[in-house]
Amino acid sequence: MSDDHDDSPIAARVRELEAALEEKGLLDAQELDRALEAFTNRASPANGYRVVARAWTDEAFKARLLENANEALPELGLSMGGGLQVQRLLVVENTESVHNVIVCTLCSCYPLSLLGPSPTWYKSPAYRSKVVSHPREVLEQFGLTLPAGTEIRVWDANAETRYMVLPRRPEGTEHLSEEELAARVTRNGLIGTAAV
Amino acid sequence: MPRTNDVGGLDGFGPVLEELDEPPFHADWEAHVFAMNRALIGRGIYNLDEFRDAVERTMTHESSYYENWFRAIETLLRERGHV
Repeated sequence: MSDDHDDSPIAARVRELEAALEEKGLLDAQELDRALEAFTNRASPANGYRVVARAWTDEAFKARLLENANEALPELGLSMGGGLQVQRLLVVENTESVHNVIVCTLCSCYPLSLLGPSPTWYKSPAYRSKVVSHPREVLEQFGLTLPAGTEIRVWDANAETRYMVLPRRPEGTEHLSEEELAARVTRNGLIGTAAV
Repeated sequence: MPRTNDVGGLDGFGPVLEELDEPPFHADWEAHVFAMNRALIGRGIYNLDEFRDAVERTMTHESSYYENWFRAIETLLRERGHV
């Protein structure tokens, strides 16, 4: 990988370990570049936005997506196999009465291929601890205030199963194309900390 | 006894802080740690479950996310006699 001139102690330790592993033939620099590229090129929230826009405009696709997301994703040229192992994906739909939000209380499980690199707050103990016990409060910190009657469902991801939220289609968007709808979706909407 | 990483429902971690326009990595070394881990798992030096286990038994809440990853990688490599 490219040279790293960061002089912090941790950066120096990482460089030392990398050099030691290269010397032992356990790593090579090009391999690191490839590993990073595979991640940064393929993992993007734009993938999730496309899935949502298709579900909003195609009821039959939405039904297939909610029934078995892993089988529906290839229709858009996507899969859950971009990482180190194929994970099961469950898409959970927001409705008038139910709002969904995802978390990984144990670590940082997240549908990377559809949502891109996860934000630090998603991996923070603050979010992971609190969203399961006080979801309404956490959503309010993100500026999302839900009606008192709305049921909040919190989905705790794990090594085998990942979740993605299907947000509600905003009102007044009937005239928009699938591409225009995709542009309305946000990363936090796919996590459930925003409405769209 | 739950491990340190098992925080669901616990109190005392403060507010959730959102960083706007956050980059995937905050420093080059974080990207190197990420790539190194992926490459080592790809080569079968250790597997993903062993990595998760190592993070969970060596992590601290005082360390950053990728500092915890790096500690786990070092631990696994040391335990297996690679470094």
